[in-house]
Amino acid sequence: MSATTQSPTASDSRTPSTASRLLGDRRLPVAVTALLFLLMYGVGLSRYQNYGFGEPQVFLNLFIDNGYLLVAAAGVTFVILSGGIDLSVGSMIGFTTMFTAWLVERQGLPLLLVIPMALGVGALGGFLMGYVIHNFEIQPFIVTLAGLFLFRGLCLVISKESISIGDSSVSSMAQAQVSLGMGFLSIGAIVSLVVLAVAFYVLHYTRFGRRVYAIGGNEQSAMLMGLPQGGTKIAVYTVSGFCSALAGLLFTLYIQSGDPLHATGMELDAIAAVVIGGTLLTGGSGYVLGTLFGVLVLGLIKSIIQFEGTLSSWWTKIATGVLLCAFILVQRFMTTRKKT
Amino acid sequence: MAEPRPVLEMTGIVKEFPGVRALSDVDFRLFPGEIHALMGENGAGKSTLIKVLTGVYSLDGGTVTLDGEAVRITSPLEAQQAGISTVYQEVNLCPNLSVAENIFIGREPTRMGRIQWKQLRRQAAELVDRLGLDIDVTAPLSSYPLAVQQLVAIVRSLGTGDGTGDGAGGGKGPGTKVLILDEPTSSLDRDEVLQLFALMRRLKEEGVAILFVSHFLDQIYEVCDRMTVLRNGTLVGEHLVRDLDQVGLVQLMLGKAMGQLDELHEHQLHSDAGETLLVADGLGRTGGIAPFDMEIRKGEVIGLAGLLGSGRTELARLLFGADQPDTGKVSIGGKPVSMSAPNDAIDAGVAFCSENRKSEGLVPDLTVRENIILALQAARGWTRPIPVAQRDELVAKYIEALDIRPANPEARVGQLSGGNQQKVLLARWLITRPKLLILDEPTRGIDIGAKAEIQKLVVSLSEDGMSVLYIAAELEEVLRLSHTIGVLRDRRLVAQIANGPEITTSRILETIASGEHQ
Repeated sequence: MSATTQSPTASDSRTPSTASRLLGDRRLPVAVTALLFLLMYGVGLSRYQNYGFGEPQVFLNLFIDNGYLLVAAAGVTFVILSGGIDLSVGSMIGFTTMFTAWLVERQGLPLLLVIPMALGVGALGGFLMGYVIHNFEIQPFIVTLAGLFLFRGLCLVISKESISIGDSSVSSMAQAQVSLGMGFLSIGAIVSLVVLAVAFYVLHYTRFGRRVYAIGGNEQSAMLMGLPQGGTKIAVYTVSGFCSALAGLLFTLYIQSGDPLHATGMELDAIAAVVIGGTLLTGGSGYVLGTLFGVLVLGLIKSIIQFEGTLSSWWTKIATGVLLCAFILVQRFMTTRKKT
Repeated sequence: MAEPRPVLEMTGIVKEFPGVRALSDVDFRLFPGEIHALMGENGAGKSTLIKVLTGVYSLDGGTVTLDGEAVRITSPLEAQQAGISTVYQEVNLCPNLSVAENIFIGREPTRMGRIQWKQLRRQAAELVDRLGLDIDVTAPLSSYPLAVQQLVAIVRSLGTGDGTGDGAGGGKGPGTKVLILDEPTSSLDRDEVLQLFALMRRLKEEGVAILFVSHFLDQIYEVCDRMTVLRNGTLVGEHLVRDLDQVGLVQLMLGKAMGQLDELHEHQLHSDAGETLLVADGLGRTGGIAPFDMEIRKGEVIGLAGLLGSGRTELARLLFGADQPDTGKVSIGGKPVSMSAPNDAIDAGVAFCSENRKSEGLVPDLTVRENIILALQAARGWTRPIPVAQRDELVAKYIEALDIRPANPEARVGQLSGGNQQKVLLARWLITRPKLLILDEPTRGIDIGAKAEIQKLVVSLSEDGMSVLYIAAELEEVLRLSHTIGVLRDRRLVAQIANGPEITTSRILETIASGEHQ
């Protein structure tokens, strides 16, 4: 393939200038987040060098400890790109831990059977929410809020107490390590990276992915352009439900128990990661790669606070809040710039 | 060659909505390689006809043939597949995607489900090239001005005719037979309009039939070959553009022969000049109205005449600060006023009765009393409530003065008739004792009796020294009431005429049609 695109001519006044193109470039927020991550990592290195912060495993642990969040946030990225929101993520994760633990421990079903069941339930839940959002034209905020309460409630229907998993297949899978030479990754971390890659491919190389962007850009236009916007919307929530269930499975592996209060409020962590990753809450602009950096930044905050040792874990929340606020202001600045 | 076969023929089209016959027995035809204007005032049925053609509305009667074959179009997608593409006034594209993607989304070239980006960009670039446009297709659509976005919308619509096929369409001939451009020029400036016209002519040469809708008469005469005029949902006629001059067209659109209009209007408005109240100096807003100068004296009634969309409301909104001017300044009573928000105008004594009394003026669920008191309370600020006794007295006074029926301050405004709603809105502003009252279409949709009362009220307010800016669709009304008539055309104040016995509706019509006052 040679000379596939026209090179912009300098004389054409309609072609945007390099500077404004750079500022308007949608990849910029991702770069900013990546830079922030590197910066924080650098600070961590300089402060806690003597405590082993420089070990490769510390970096890899970010993926091990936040794999479930990455998967959930990847699903939420689809929803936010389409201009919607999904508040049911945390409850869905909690429900999946209970559902899995209950089936494996109390019913004695093999894990390999339980996994597709849990994923199916999650996808179905997402599909139903998407169906209601599209067909009854109800705000996604309200519908997924209902989902939040529903799934949290269902946790308690299964059991009021936590169910710890003693099943050997679960613990062996949870403890499996994939060596990378300088360190290792857990199965959960590997799965989360695969999910990330698949999400990237779907969003950028399939018609469905482009429709998600189109709907987020302007839903009315997408409809008038003849795109099946209803089906796309339902699919987006189905993807998010599926990812939440998968995140729930990873969380179950990570923590080896089911608890009705697991992952309370994790939907907000996922949304924060997506936004910090540079995706506009209004939809239509952002990258799933940004979400990865968003998750890594949140994970790194936790690590740094652990290394600091004296700080209460609540500082994680405070730092997340400050970052989120800053990034939303940056987004606001960028979108208003674009309009003028 | 004498009479080529029309590519599109609509015969006896009927469309009914509950209680309204939007189109009755309308015929319309479109030849390949022509630009055809669809003319008519708002509500004449232009949009309805287009929506019927594009499958947004279903037909209640009549037939549509495309290329000699009867077709039944029930959705926009079907229309596109049949070769009828539409570009609307607002650009219906996704600003966050690249130009190339906007052209091809929904029919991207794919291999095994994977989008072939290089092929897509190359095809988009070829298509854009072929139409003589210089656009970098990889840039996001939002980085281009509205005019270019509009052109991109047209480029997209051209590719849609050949359905899925090889997913291409670019490079090859357009699948579009009929291209509908619904008010594409309303937000473009002159250069951008020329760009659009160049593209239209190019497509015309390629044999595309273009249906063009625009409020701007000059543009119609510049680019169109033939026109169909609608009025009140009926066909008035089909003419070659070169056979019908602008005065004739305006008459057809308004449905009044000049002779009929040359009738009585014996009004003796005392036009002994009061002192100057408001001076607008070079006030203007891009996309709203070209800069204009205007002087309003105390007790003067200025009527604004012009077709719908000529800029009447835009002018009024500028004087009220509802839109921010780009250029010029306003002074009221000799003091400069910054018109950055309606509050500034209200403080300076300007009141504005909107033409959309339902959506922009009244709160239908509140009572008559609450609606009347709203503006006065706003003027006082919410920390200083109006004493109950004073409030009730004021409301009673205005209900009586304006003869609002029912004369019940507790009645909900939504249940009142249109004329009485209008009076409530008037009362609301009169209670604040404005110096300048702007009335935008105060008599639209109300019965004759109420109309006459409102007109009488305007005369008596003017006699009391209040200035009034009066906007009405009916020229007779403007002539009867105004001391001075401002004529608007194509978003420009083209003339300000002192009213007098020698001014007739036909003189005004001529000014509207020709753009100048002899």
